[in-house]
Amino acid sequence: MRVLAALSGGVDSAVAAARAVDAGHDVVGVHMALSRNRDEFRTGSRGCCSIEDAGDARRAADVLGIPYYVWDLSDRFEETVVADFLSEYAAGRTPNPCVRCNEHIKFEALLDKGVALGFDAVCTGHYARIETGAQVDGSSTAGPGEVRGGVRRELHRANDSAKDQSYVLAVMGPDRLARAMFPLGEAPSKDEVRAEAAARGLGVSDKPDSYDICFVADGDTQGFLRERLGTRPGDVVDTEGTVVGAHDGAYAYTVGQRKGLALGRPAPDGRPRYVLDVRPATNTVVVGAAELLTVTALQADRAVWFVPVVSSDEGWFGCSVQVRAHGTPVPAHARAVSGAQGPTSGVEVRLDEGLRGVAPGQSVVLYDGTRVLGQATLTASSR
Amino acid sequence: MGRRALEAMVAELGRTGNASSLHGAGRAARRVVEESREVVAARLGARPSEVVLTSGGTEADNLAVKGLFWARSAADPRRRRVLVSGGEHHAVLDPAVWLGGEGAEVVLLPVDGCGRLDLDALSAELDEHGDEVALLSVMWANNEVGTVQPVEQVVALARAHGVPVHCDAVQAVGQLPVDFAASGLDAMTVSAHKVGGPVGVGALLARRGLDLTPVLHGGGQERGVRSGTLDVPSVRAFAVALEEAVDLQPTESVRLAVLRDRLVQGIRERVEGAVLRGPEVLGATPEDGRTAARLPANAHLTFNGCEGDSLLYLLDSRGVQCSTGSACRAGVPQPSHVLLAMGVEPLDARGALRFSLGRASGDQDVAAVLEVLPEVVDRARAAGLSGVR
Repeated sequence: MRVLAALSGGVDSAVAAARAVDAGHDVVGVHMALSRNRDEFRTGSRGCCSIEDAGDARRAADVLGIPYYVWDLSDRFEETVVADFLSEYAAGRTPNPCVRCNEHIKFEALLDKGVALGFDAVCTGHYARIETGAQVDGSSTAGPGEVRGGVRRELHRANDSAKDQSYVLAVMGPDRLARAMFPLGEAPSKDEVRAEAAARGLGVSDKPDSYDICFVADGDTQGFLRERLGTRPGDVVDTEGTVVGAHDGAYAYTVGQRKGLALGRPAPDGRPRYVLDVRPATNTVVVGAAELLTVTALQADRAVWFVPVVSSDEGWFGCSVQVRAHGTPVPAHARAVSGAQGPTSGVEVRLDEGLRGVAPGQSVVLYDGTRVLGQATLTASSR
Repeated sequence: MGRRALEAMVAELGRTGNASSLHGAGRAARRVVEESREVVAARLGARPSEVVLTSGGTEADNLAVKGLFWARSAADPRRRRVLVSGGEHHAVLDPAVWLGGEGAEVVLLPVDGCGRLDLDALSAELDEHGDEVALLSVMWANNEVGTVQPVEQVVALARAHGVPVHCDAVQAVGQLPVDFAASGLDAMTVSAHKVGGPVGVGALLARRGLDLTPVLHGGGQERGVRSGTLDVPSVRAFAVALEEAVDLQPTESVRLAVLRDRLVQGIRERVEGAVLRGPEVLGATPEDGRTAARLPANAHLTFNGCEGDSLLYLLDSRGVQCSTGSACRAGVPQPSHVLLAMGVEPLDARGALRFSLGRASGDQDVAAVLEVLPEVVDRARAAGLSGVR
């Protein structure tokens, strides 16, 4: 196959590309330029947006003996990932930009361009497994994930659960998964990937991991939001509506947040207070006791499904639910419901036990064991 | 690198000797340098003492722009204006812009739709501010779109105001007849690797008596304006390559112009929406190869709806190496400042390709490009302008 290997300049994508070369594919390395104002060097743990990263990607391609190009996707990145990040925060929700980047950039802008230029697949250093499911009955109409002669492609958690990234990949859906390649899904651990990189002579073998938001300078999300959205002073209120503090912009708060509230008055019962709700319409932040954060039901939209589903009252199925990257999955029952984007674009989830720290805008991923069933964006939760 | 230049370089690499040393080996090295300098000077219409050897075109441009500004503004503090055309190479443009932060007033002179300097604008600028101009820098021919600049008229206008003129002739040498003395220029940049020599060596031709403040200070080699131990093997190879290129120029430029015209004609016939940028090629190079409007080996076209990086990848993977313009340090192809200065829309400027022909280019190369280009442009158009929605 002709494989486009996305090279971030990090160790994972370099080893993934190396494995694609070993597998006999015709591999071309592409580094995506996503930031308009590129720093000379990496600062801290920000990933893939500096000239140093572009240079590291180039050196990895040299070592692997594959062609290397830089593609400028910075306008698309700004229009999708950064714009979504800002509008979601402005709307009082908590976005996950890595999910949106996988959705709009890596497995849409990059993949579409690659396919148009003659590539068969995009290879990345993500930790997730793609499994070929059972042969689908030839008489049935093609369902999600059924490609290449009716073989179903399934997205599974990585072998190394500590590195698993299926949560941020599920958004791509089954059709795009059919053109994805994750050679590190079977890797037993990141340490082994680093050792393999060193053995292959890749200079990035001991490069630190990136985990902060790549487009936020020095990891200061609040500062970034303030700069881009401006200050909008407003009230912090308790569940009774009593004003207990002030803020410079409701967008800066996330449901479940405790630190940085700077409340003038202690709660009557003296217990710590948490952000319960962010209401952009009135520019208020609601705070209250920890137990008020626990929810047992979730609603989500913009669903993508890896299994055939129907929208019906009886359609409840057992699953486990994850609402944060590296969050613990919890047992639940879910069903597809009619939503704004179509007859099965909504999801309802009943959690078997209460869950804390759930904010609108987060990605909800449903699993059956290691297998991803579907993904949607949280719109509401209830106790 | 050409075979003769390579052989000359390898032969010199095997010898020891610092051209500044006074012992036998040093004198032998110095002799090679001076013989090479004489060859360079003779082939470019200059005197040997006017050849200041440098590490290449960028250093020579920096020396000319900064050195002239510093010397001229020191002699008369009113001279703070630095005039450069908007289509200059970055090696001229960026030192000028840098000087802008050091007290200079940088004036970007406009170019027309073909990339040719607007002489009326230059004339008006000189009439109004002639006494305040430190220097004027206009390239001989543009490196991207091949436009030959009206150097003769530029020099005539500047001379009337006593303004020194520097010219980056890196692209012109070996492509067009270049005579430093006849041109009336005060300083001129040449580079070895554009004439089949090694990278990392070039020269600034500086008129005798021209006052230049050094950029590199040290041992005072090269007329006291350029310090640093001379790279004897590179200097020798530079001279050999330049000699060959200048001697072959009259026949080569006509041969390449015919080939280039065939390439452009073929592209126009096969690819819809292909637009030639810079002066029209047909008839641009008269048979005497002397008064050309465009560099004979240059073709520059834009393909609407294509992203330069798509074109680059598709052609590269099919064995055609051409340039999409300049790239930033991260490797991202940038819309060319030359095209933008010519008034080309930024979206059109993204789909630009420059084809450069050389001594090894022949009919089969043109045929190979014409064979793959229509399919490549179709594919690149399908991939679209991914940054744009």
